[in-house]
Amino acid sequence: MTGPALIFDKPNAYIGQSTPRADTNRLLEGRGRFVDDIQLPRMLHAAFLRSPYAHAEIRGLDTSAAKAAPGVVRVLTGADLEGVVEPYVGVLTHLKGLRSAPQMPLAVDRARWQGEPLAMVLARSRAEAEDAAALIEADLDPIPAACDAETALDPDAPVIHPEFGSNLAWERLVDVGDVDAAFARDDVQVVSRTLRFGRHTGVTLETRAAVAEYDPSEDRLTFHYSGQAPHMMQFIFAKHLGLAEENVRVVANDVGGSFGIKIHTYGDEVATAAAAKLLGRPVKFVADRYESFLSDIHARDHVVEARMAVDKAGKIVALDFDDLTGIGPYSMYPRTSAIEANQVLNLTGAPYDLENYRARGRVVFQNKNMMCQYRAVGHPIAMAICDGLLEDAAAKIGMDVVEMRRVNLMRDDSYPRASASGMKLDDLSHQKALNVLVETMGYDALRAEQAELRARGVYRGIGFVSMVEVTNPSPMFYGIGGAPIASQDGATVRLDAGGGLRVSSSVTEQGQGTNAILAQIAAGVFGVPIERVTVTTGDTDTVPYGGGTWASRGAGIGGEAMLQAAHALKEQVLEVAAVMLQSDAATLDIQNGSVVDGSGARMTLSDLARTVYYRGNELPSDLKPELIATRHYRVTDFPFVFTNGAMAAHVEVDTETGLVKVLNFWAVEDCGRVINPKLVDEQVRGGVVQGIGGALYEECIYSEDGQLMNATMADYLVPMAVEMPDIVVRHVETPTKTSVLGAKGAGEAGTGGAPAAVMNAVNDALRPLGATLWQMPMTPERILKALGKV
Amino acid sequence: MTTHDITITINGEAITATVPARRNLVDFIRQEAGLTGSHVGCEHGVCGACTVEVNGTPVRGCLMLAVQADGAHVTTVEGLADTGRGHRLRAAFQTHNALQCGFCTPGMLASALEYVEGGGTADRTAIREHISGNYCRCTGYQAIVDAIVEVIETGEGA
Repeated sequence: MTGPALIFDKPNAYIGQSTPRADTNRLLEGRGRFVDDIQLPRMLHAAFLRSPYAHAEIRGLDTSAAKAAPGVVRVLTGADLEGVVEPYVGVLTHLKGLRSAPQMPLAVDRARWQGEPLAMVLARSRAEAEDAAALIEADLDPIPAACDAETALDPDAPVIHPEFGSNLAWERLVDVGDVDAAFARDDVQVVSRTLRFGRHTGVTLETRAAVAEYDPSEDRLTFHYSGQAPHMMQFIFAKHLGLAEENVRVVANDVGGSFGIKIHTYGDEVATAAAAKLLGRPVKFVADRYESFLSDIHARDHVVEARMAVDKAGKIVALDFDDLTGIGPYSMYPRTSAIEANQVLNLTGAPYDLENYRARGRVVFQNKNMMCQYRAVGHPIAMAICDGLLEDAAAKIGMDVVEMRRVNLMRDDSYPRASASGMKLDDLSHQKALNVLVETMGYDALRAEQAELRARGVYRGIGFVSMVEVTNPSPMFYGIGGAPIASQDGATVRLDAGGGLRVSSSVTEQGQGTNAILAQIAAGVFGVPIERVTVTTGDTDTVPYGGGTWASRGAGIGGEAMLQAAHALKEQVLEVAAVMLQSDAATLDIQNGSVVDGSGARMTLSDLARTVYYRGNELPSDLKPELIATRHYRVTDFPFVFTNGAMAAHVEVDTETGLVKVLNFWAVEDCGRVINPKLVDEQVRGGVVQGIGGALYEECIYSEDGQLMNATMADYLVPMAVEMPDIVVRHVETPTKTSVLGAKGAGEAGTGGAPAAVMNAVNDALRPLGATLWQMPMTPERILKALGKV
Repeated sequence: MTTHDITITINGEAITATVPARRNLVDFIRQEAGLTGSHVGCEHGVCGACTVEVNGTPVRGCLMLAVQADGAHVTTVEGLADTGRGHRLRAAFQTHNALQCGFCTPGMLASALEYVEGGGTADRTAIREHISGNYCRCTGYQAIVDAIVEVIETGEGA
């Protein structure tokens, strides 16, 4: 893409510098603006009665005692919302054959997972609302449940939506080359494994939270939202509550962690908006931690049968797998719960030169909480399948795992090209990234140390992953399938009278530093000190229209829109300056808040703006100054802009206790142009730690009858500081040619790659003992079972 | 429901209120005093986001009842900012990007302050152990350790 490429070389460009995030000051001083901090006049508090059963007929809900309880203003059931809320269905037309049933915010006649909201109490305080919710007499008749995804397709399994005849939601097959012939060759070795990935969840430290205000005099809903996609939610509230879209305002201020959890349509949040509309009063709902575990979307839940054939030189000849994933009783609205499996089919093996590839994905309904897109959608599964089998095959043929990758990774000079599954790839650097990784970690010395320690009964393992990450998605991700999800984003840049820039963007901030990098880009491209830039995001009333933050798109798409807008405004300002200074615009530039030419500063931006805004009489009448510019950007040439990375984990397994200690972790990431190195490194580190969590600790443990057994923070384990290693991050920078900025995303690579690297490291440690483990999380109990000790 | 008249001095300001016995300290701080810097993350004493100082000692604001704090002096993240206490820690947190979403930060700062003011060393493992009562889902903790180490090595206090 052509454009103002010189912006990267000028003084004070900011792009490429670790500029601190200005908005951390208020968070450090206790001045954050989270949803639960909002107090409004006449506001009511919501609490929900949730189904205690995985599957139950609702015979009746007696709310009389609850209605009479102190502080209670109203009690709503599923029946009360019929006609108020239009049911929603989580399907996309481009995922051909995907089916799901209509869903209501509160279950109407049948509850389909433990935790599904049944009734809502609105009271003067949350405590009173909870007290009253406990007084609702629920006449529920538990019925047989299909909880286990692996048996949900059995002929005798209870069918969750009888109209579908089975619990199959979606199925897709990718079949490239001649897989059967490749496996039948007599010169190949075959490894085959069953991989299991448990459910885990986001555990955002700020739980989901909503404050809905409805003003009947203007038929206007304002929804204070802890989430990632304000415009998507604007559409959803408008459509399902029967409001004009322009009368719905969705505002996201500070968001206390998100990770994909807060980008879906939750019944309790829709009910909160519906209640505000019904009562004409503000309503607040803040999930408590128990509700979060029961109702925030869960992630993963896959069982994969996979096999790989390799020849004597270590070349992967074929890869074949069958992925079964459980999504709960509905496909989540509006993104659907089939994208995860679709990603697994699209991404598995994508770093490698692979001719024969077959992948079958089946997505099944079950009576558990819903599964949907979470940080690194499908990536941990895709990477663990291929890189897990690759290292297994390397062990079988006696080849070093790094050498085997060098044989199979796509060559860095082979792009543009496609993956076996047909993904268009460009500007990737797998071989270089692996080389940087091996050098950074001191691979040979580590292997020598490993051998020495093994002789002394210390079992350490080294595991790798070479990976791709989907970033900067085009309309091919969601928009094509009919979802109200923008893939384009907009930026507006305004020069104010004081000479500062007021910028706004449709991408959102949940702590990644979005606002900071938008300021860096605007300041650098336009030419003001960064302190003179103020940023607004997360308000559908004031920002340009766009998709928000997901799929690692904020920097690459929102950043490019900001670059284009700042550049456009600069050209507009220089046109005005040229008239005022009687010069040629081509000889002028903006630096450090002033219009400059070869002789130095000629006029401050404040002088220019005040003349335009206050003293237009001094300007020629045919000059029509515009000190504001808006630009939008979308990716057009590719469905997605892929990044690549190479990571390695170094672990020690205690063979007596089964405990795994992660000793070191290295990540080499190529996310194109790095706008703020510190922020990118911290995205990678935070992502790696979440990936380690999924690999070793985190699991939503269900009983056979669909009860979540560990729905507290004390029982659901997440990585804590003492368990985590320092993580070394390095970069290869291959800018994408799809934008001037050249930035790709970086938010999900760590989470997508770390689980495979950790699994490979654990298996590298276990192999000399004749054991391997292919189930995440790799808990002490599972490791001891693999070792035959329990 | 039983109620009690209590007075708690928060950041130097005495707040008197009639509260139900079951009201916990962090809800009192947020609702009665209007100080929303202390965050509620789990309400069962695990995540550490609600950590505040009560009479100079870090306490989980969700595990202490407001009535138990009757007569006590409480310092919250707002109080630290107002007095300048912990300013080197806050600066180091910003420099190292030791916070992303910022929800854990008030509690994390309280624990870090206890460590630094208590004469903790710059040993990374010791720091990691000390802050292992505070969840952070964003950073992966390394930047937080870096920030605390820097403050200790500078040797000028928190």
